Amino acid sequence: MAIWFARSRNIVFSLRHNLNLPGILIKRDYSPRPAFTNSQLSSKSSVFLDSFTSLRHESTAVEKQLDLVQRSDEENPDQELDFPGGKLGSTSKMKFIPESSPLRVPCYRVLDEDGRIIPDSDYIPVSEKLAVRMYEHMATLQVMDHIFYEAQRQGRISFFITTVGEEAINIASAAALSPDDVVLPQYREPGVLLWRGFTLQEFANQCFGNKADHGKGRQMPVHYGSNRHNHFTVSSPIATQLPQAAGVGYSLKMEKKNACAVTFIGDGGTSEGDFHAGLNFAAVMEAPVVFICRNNGWAISTHISEQFRSDGIVVKGRAYGIRSIRVDGNDALAVYSAVRSAREMAVKEQRPVLIEAMTYRVGHHSTSDDSTKYRAADEIQYWKMSRNPVNRFRKWVEDNGWWSEEDESKIRSNARKQILQAIQTAEKLDKQPLTELFSDVYDVKPKNLEEQELGLKELVEKQPQDYPPGFQI
Amino acid sequence: MAARIHGGAGAGAATALSTFNPKKLVAPSRTNLPAARSSKRYIVAAAGSDASKKSLRVGHSQKLIANAAVATKADTSATTGTGHELLLFEALQEGLEEEMDRDPHVCVMGEDVGHYGGSYKVTKGLADKFGDLRVLDTPICENAFTGMGIGAAMTGLRPVIEGMNMGFLLLAFNQISNNCGMLHYTSGGQFTIPVVIRGPGGVGRQLGAEHSQRLESYFQSIPGIQMVACSTPYNAKGLMKAAIRSENPVILFEHVLLYNLKEKIPDEEYICNLEEAEMVRPGEHITILTYSRMRYHVMQAAKTLVNKGYDPEVIDIRSLKPFDLYMIGNSVKKTHRVLIVEECMRTGGIGASLTAAINENFHDYLDAPVMCLSSQDVPTPYAGTLEEWTVVQPAQIVTAVEQLCQ
Repeated sequence: MAIWFARSRNIVFSLRHNLNLPGILIKRDYSPRPAFTNSQLSSKSSVFLDSFTSLRHESTAVEKQLDLVQRSDEENPDQELDFPGGKLGSTSKMKFIPESSPLRVPCYRVLDEDGRIIPDSDYIPVSEKLAVRMYEHMATLQVMDHIFYEAQRQGRISFFITTVGEEAINIASAAALSPDDVVLPQYREPGVLLWRGFTLQEFANQCFGNKADHGKGRQMPVHYGSNRHNHFTVSSPIATQLPQAAGVGYSLKMEKKNACAVTFIGDGGTSEGDFHAGLNFAAVMEAPVVFICRNNGWAISTHISEQFRSDGIVVKGRAYGIRSIRVDGNDALAVYSAVRSAREMAVKEQRPVLIEAMTYRVGHHSTSDDSTKYRAADEIQYWKMSRNPVNRFRKWVEDNGWWSEEDESKIRSNARKQILQAIQTAEKLDKQPLTELFSDVYDVKPKNLEEQELGLKELVEKQPQDYPPGFQI
Repeated sequence: MAARIHGGAGAGAATALSTFNPKKLVAPSRTNLPAARSSKRYIVAAAGSDASKKSLRVGHSQKLIANAAVATKADTSATTGTGHELLLFEALQEGLEEEMDRDPHVCVMGEDVGHYGGSYKVTKGLADKFGDLRVLDTPICENAFTGMGIGAAMTGLRPVIEGMNMGFLLLAFNQISNNCGMLHYTSGGQFTIPVVIRGPGGVGRQLGAEHSQRLESYFQSIPGIQMVACSTPYNAKGLMKAAIRSENPVILFEHVLLYNLKEKIPDEEYICNLEEAEMVRPGEHITILTYSRMRYHVMQAAKTLVNKGYDPEVIDIRSLKPFDLYMIGNSVKKTHRVLIVEECMRTGGIGASLTAAINENFHDYLDAPVMCLSSQDVPTPYAGTLEEWTVVQPAQIVTAVEQLCQ
């Protein structure tokens, strides 16, 4: 079994020339190789991995070029200096490294805006089964976002965060991972959990904080967590998951597992100290972590021009000694290929990888935000209609003859029905009883909590009229 | 000063010399206990590691061992017959090493803990024995390696996170408060965080304000964590082992000036109960509650007090969160007078919380208001004389007892 890589002459050469990079991730393979057959492209990740990695290992080896610094005539190679950290060349010409490159790091993409594969693209082929499954999930995610948002507006849930505009990042990255990979989300990645099998009912239960919620009603909506799906519970403080991901990578490395940690962060979150810490640690420890930064242009009302002065996030990877790539986050195939490759590198080579996925946050930051207050409505419209990742992928899937109008209306109406049902059920379910206020603070309830629980119980029993009907003890 | 052996069980059963059973000191091995947590553990598809994930519950309901002998050294050797002498930092190291031998999931991370052996030598030799990965030298970012420890713990490891000085852990406050203490709760019990966060704190010898922090004041409010303070080689080793075995995040407070204390400790394996206080010196006239280094100031004052005819009962509270109100309560009911001696600042320290807890629970038993001796609300100065005045001295303790016992 072999993987067929298309050639992409332009990308490789222009990168090498302009940016003086030692090499890029996917080495071009000139010899023709047979393509995958559909039966071979099973969804079984292990089968995929074996063949994939044997070829991958060769082809993704970054060429160990020596020239990070421009060699010039003024340099005297005999004058090599020894400092802690290794040998350095010296130069008598005072040259500051410019704060930016004349050319920004280009963005890896495979599909053009019309959903057609760009000729000579490097990418990992996606089977019909996988593609259809990906599209269905993207569509379901869209419907889910829409209905839950409306539910919040109607006052049925208190809060919600939508993923509008970032469906490709959500679903394609999830599709590229194995179920053993541990996911540490920020909060705008429910698609990952959706892909892994978290049901619509479970999503609704968490948002309503009812009895069936796995989190036992202790967290705000959208703070999903599921140990069954290897998905850590979302924690509100920004970027705290990044050093934790380094820790997960460390743990997987210690136990020599065939898995990596995958963590998400937004553009704003990269300003936090934990971003620096997490990346630095993962690099030093050579931990298998994939850092995916969703650069969607906005951190609530702060535009990226006010967030950092670097060329986005991808250039920061090098500062930590981390291999990085910039990807078109609205291109599902590109995201899939990049995350697949990154995951392999992380596990096989035991190293962290940074992916910057360029996208746009079409929705508001959350239901507590009205983004028309700080950005133009037509900017939002433009990205919503013309740069829609779901439509783009749909065009490709349809062009392959794998999807039809009928399928489209079916998936959307089914999803809508299921979600509305899930919400109704979740709404009707009782909330957690009082005992859940005091459990899980520790493994065993300590004395003081037992006392406090008793005190509260007595209070409620004494004055039941002060508490909502159906309030259980 | 009468020497006594005390049974550690909270029910107050004293283990007399004659019925001492060395076997009771050994805690049941991990695999014997019910698999309380295995179903809620984070699952990676590799099978066969469930056995090692079974947890040891150290709670009120399970008194695992007899807590023999305390500050009085002679008795330890008398009871066990053998025993070995070591310094407090060596006791910590021994405890840590034993736990790392016992459970391959236990790992250490912190600054200079590897080949350097730790700035107070608590991790000396461990990197050579267990390797660079299991005893990990981290870059300088407390928030990062604390976060890392939390992530690793949620994935099945049992990290021991060392802060080079407790004060530096202020940088890790976000991870400790928002994640360490909370994630077990907010995940609905799906993820546990069995980390141990330890390091030296307290006022040293002219280390300056930033290196003389008493973090127990700041952390005591965080729900979901446990805090213990060790004060002798015996309880240092016992608490270290118990903390590592606990499923909850535990913060173990060591003191910069106590690392070189010498004591003989048993050769057999033992652990100390995390939620229990330690009776240092039983007495009748007044209850003195203290912990960590102040215990020694109190005992020094106790010598003077005994000469003056007083009979103080000294309790090392050891468990800073939650307080062992059982032992403390029994003592208050006996003596009716309480003096708290601590190193925290006056405002918002452990003493302040303890005063409130005693007043609330044992008000009827008090013959005098609870008195609390603590450091003033000032940053710790560098100058030797000034520094000495900010820490409670034995003379002040004697005066306070005399005042209370009028």
